[in-house]
Amino acid sequence: MNDSEVDILLVEDSPEDVDLTLHALHREKLANSVFVARDGEEALDFLFCLGSFAHRSFEDPPKLVLLDLKLPKVDGMQVLKQIKSDARTKSIPVVLMTSSKEERDLVTGYDLGANSYIQKPVDFAEFRKMVQLLGLYWLVINQPPVTDGAPKAARQAQ
Amino acid sequence: MKPVPELLIVDDNPADLGLAREALSGGSHHTQINSVEDGEEALAFLNRTGVHASAIRPDLVILDLNLPKKNGLAVLAAVKTDSDLRRIPVVIFSASRLSQDIARSYELGANCYVSKPGNLNEYFAAVRSIEEFWFGLASLSLRGG
Repeated sequence: MNDSEVDILLVEDSPEDVDLTLHALHREKLANSVFVARDGEEALDFLFCLGSFAHRSFEDPPKLVLLDLKLPKVDGMQVLKQIKSDARTKSIPVVLMTSSKEERDLVTGYDLGANSYIQKPVDFAEFRKMVQLLGLYWLVINQPPVTDGAPKAARQAQ
Repeated sequence: MKPVPELLIVDDNPADLGLAREALSGGSHHTQINSVEDGEEALAFLNRTGVHASAIRPDLVILDLNLPKKNGLAVLAAVKTDSDLRRIPVVIFSASRLSQDIARSYELGANCYVSKPGNLNEYFAAVRSIEEFWFGLASLSLRGG
């Protein structure tokens, strides 16, 4: 796939949750392209255009990052911290998705600049509904950040 | 039982404010709606000073950008640089579709940016969407911490 035009970066190591999320998004035709990173390191490489993503550009950020907290290699909080402390990436909306009921994670997440925080429902139907609402809100209702003060289409038209 | 979420709407336009209240009262989530009409009052409410000394800390702020006394971006900057207030999600709800307003809002730490539609039905739908996402789906830091 072309990883330069990604609507959603899904950072999730559970194959079941990946399948459920992709299925719900495609069913609603909410995201044309979703890139799945299976651990925190791959997510950071993708967002910071490093390693196997060196060909990507900071000018093509995803419209949304769905970030699980418990991840191999680099955990979700650390990924969030790095995204939100770098001027090149801090504007990218990041929604934390977790099965944790820890009040501490919730507070830490918002303190570090998470755009939102969602508890994953255990129930299959509720999970699907959650992904649909989430996709609708962040990809249709929300105005995503623009790079260089102009949307990409406008830059290309010049 | 979970406490009823407290919402603060900052908007100087009484008609917009009225519509937002109407949309929310018909919605499916019970929220306590507080409103203020300029940027200085918003910060007084959030910091619980002056006439707002007994204000309850909101769980969500819906913030217009074009405001008297102190504009929305200045309010946003003050909230997001305050170590205590910064964890309160701020939804920018503005008629502006200028890319520099959107970009600046995210740089300052806005949690999301929703354009105010000019059409009545779409305005209602936008407010309901904000309500559905933030009070129906998201976990909010309910006056904890």
